[in-house]
Amino acid sequence: MRFAFTEDQLAFRDAVRELLDNECTPAHVRAAWTNQTGRVPGLWDKLAEMGVIGMLAPEASGGLGMTMVDLVLILEETGRCALPEPIVETAAFGVPLVGTVDVTVAADHRYVPWADTSDVIVTANGRFARDAVELVPHTSVDGARRLFEVVGTPVPVDDRALGAAFDRGVIGAAAQQCGLAQRMLDLTADYAKERRQFGVPIGSFQAVKHHLANARIALEFARPLVYRAAATLETAHASMAKAKADEAARATARAALQCHGAIGYTTEYDLHLYMKRSWALARSKGDRRLHLDRVAEAIL
Amino acid sequence: MDLSFSPEEEAFRAECRSWLEANVPRPPLPSGDTRAGFTAHLAWERALFDARWAVVSWPAEFGGRDASLWEWLIFEEEYYRAGAPQRVTQNGIFLLAPTIFEFGTPEQQARILAKMASGEQTWCQGWSEPNAGSDLAGIQSKAVRDDAAGGWRLSGQKTWTTRGAFCTHLFGLFRSDPDAERHHGLTYFLVDLATPGITVRGVERLDGDEGFAEVFLDDVFVPDADVLGQPNQGWAVAMATTGSERGLTLRSPGRFLATAQRLIDLYHACGDDPRLRERVTAAYIDAEAYRWQTFWTVTRLVEGMSAGAESSMVKVFWSELDVRLHELALELLSDHAELLDGDSGAWMKGYEFALAGPIYAGTNEIQRNVIAERVLGLPRR
Repeated sequence: MRFAFTEDQLAFRDAVRELLDNECTPAHVRAAWTNQTGRVPGLWDKLAEMGVIGMLAPEASGGLGMTMVDLVLILEETGRCALPEPIVETAAFGVPLVGTVDVTVAADHRYVPWADTSDVIVTANGRFARDAVELVPHTSVDGARRLFEVVGTPVPVDDRALGAAFDRGVIGAAAQQCGLAQRMLDLTADYAKERRQFGVPIGSFQAVKHHLANARIALEFARPLVYRAAATLETAHASMAKAKADEAARATARAALQCHGAIGYTTEYDLHLYMKRSWALARSKGDRRLHLDRVAEAIL
Repeated sequence: MDLSFSPEEEAFRAECRSWLEANVPRPPLPSGDTRAGFTAHLAWERALFDARWAVVSWPAEFGGRDASLWEWLIFEEEYYRAGAPQRVTQNGIFLLAPTIFEFGTPEQQARILAKMASGEQTWCQGWSEPNAGSDLAGIQSKAVRDDAAGGWRLSGQKTWTTRGAFCTHLFGLFRSDPDAERHHGLTYFLVDLATPGITVRGVERLDGDEGFAEVFLDDVFVPDADVLGQPNQGWAVAMATTGSERGLTLRSPGRFLATAQRLIDLYHACGDDPRLRERVTAAYIDAEAYRWQTFWTVTRLVEGMSAGAESSMVKVFWSELDVRLHELALELLSDHAELLDGDSGAWMKGYEFALAGPIYAGTNEIQRNVIAERVLGLPRR
């Protein structure tokens, strides 16, 4: 038993983090809320250049021949910066399903983000080519997630392959939720150290400390389930991870907003970018109720 | 990342399982927090010791098997899975022993550890006092130097001493430098409860058992050989023990996985009430989360890193999970939950026991302060 990442895995994670710290700042995410694509211009190509998009594809197909354990750390980083790109849908869900690295995939049960700028679309109904469908736009609470319902005739997909792809997407979304929770926690801890009321930092008050301690505990016990699921790729494990990570992100968002007070309730402050992404992800790739149901079927 | 146990570890698991299946007492022993139950538990502890299962992670010379941390976790999983008795020796083997291994002299180790493991000597913890609970540094019980006799004279009162009415020995902190304040000037003593000047009064706990005690000390002589670590360094010595208490050593994941599985059995026995399906599932997921967070931590420990303030997160999580598991069981039992007799009584009794978790070993409020200050870096005040 060795339940930890390797030095190489952590080094690759750090390299991606450095790229995203520079190229996916809150300003970039804000820009994605109002531009034509909901994405960060040019960033997809840089991620592809690093090999992130094709991590799960065999080297013979231009990928890195890596596993979901390698990818899960990267996806956590993409959550931490609220990356507005279909990275889970492509790198985790789509590339092994479609069989090529040179593709952008949009996928979800029903409401599909960034479908208008993707090549292949997959829903619970099956697989679609981008130019063979009608996309009905919807407005997401997260302004960067350009959201569509897909109308068209699907090409059937092998059920087992689709199920495995869905599980990888679930693990990816759970990893992003952990990254988002970490970002919201960091933002709030920093704020609580700076912001003074009654002559002292608000972070010295036990009421504030306990909110943030609870959030930190929730994250501490969600992460190992996400990493375990990435290693086993079992359906019930993926669902445990998503249910727990969704809950950690929900609780952290609540604590973060409450500890910020009114400043956190504005859209001028960055917290809402991460909070709204976590709300959206909680309903994406199956919500907590769906995943608890899948776990219940396995254990009860 | 490798999530499998080695063939040797699997063989160790099989050996644990078959021994426990053959030896775990049926029907279960009476509560070890009563006098009669305590005696019955000591016989069980002796059987464990004779088969070298009492302290698997200790060196063989003290009755252990030199088991790795992984093997210790495997043993614990099997122990709770088998429904084996509570460990009435736990405050000695899990709280005091790690401190003796770290700070004890070879003479102390040779004299104390094997007898502790066999249950011949049983240890209770003398931490809390009437005016020192969460604020442990407020300890007032005194140790006065007796140079002529080569030791110390202890006076004062310890309280909430678990199984103090049945144990033979007490380990505790006493103020040895009257001029020092708070964390300074404390000394860690090992006290034979048969020493003249000691009065022990049992106190009935919430669950009706005599599991607590008050220990009164009036000019009790303790020789220098029974000081653990250096005089006036007791706080640093004691912190090693509280770290163990909050973290890994006291509450292995096997215990909560076993409780979660019993909860699932109860869920089926109560007719699969759909209103509680989601919550039972979520509680089981939490027990799994605790297991994998432990594996995560153990990997780090095995590779030479320390657990540190993370142990406070662990303590909050397991203690509140334990309460949640029992609350759910009582909901499933509906009107049967009130009964202390019959099959359901164990759940109410277990609930009463679980409620102590968020209080002892540093209240969860104190733990949350520690998490905020030492993990998140928030200001102390």
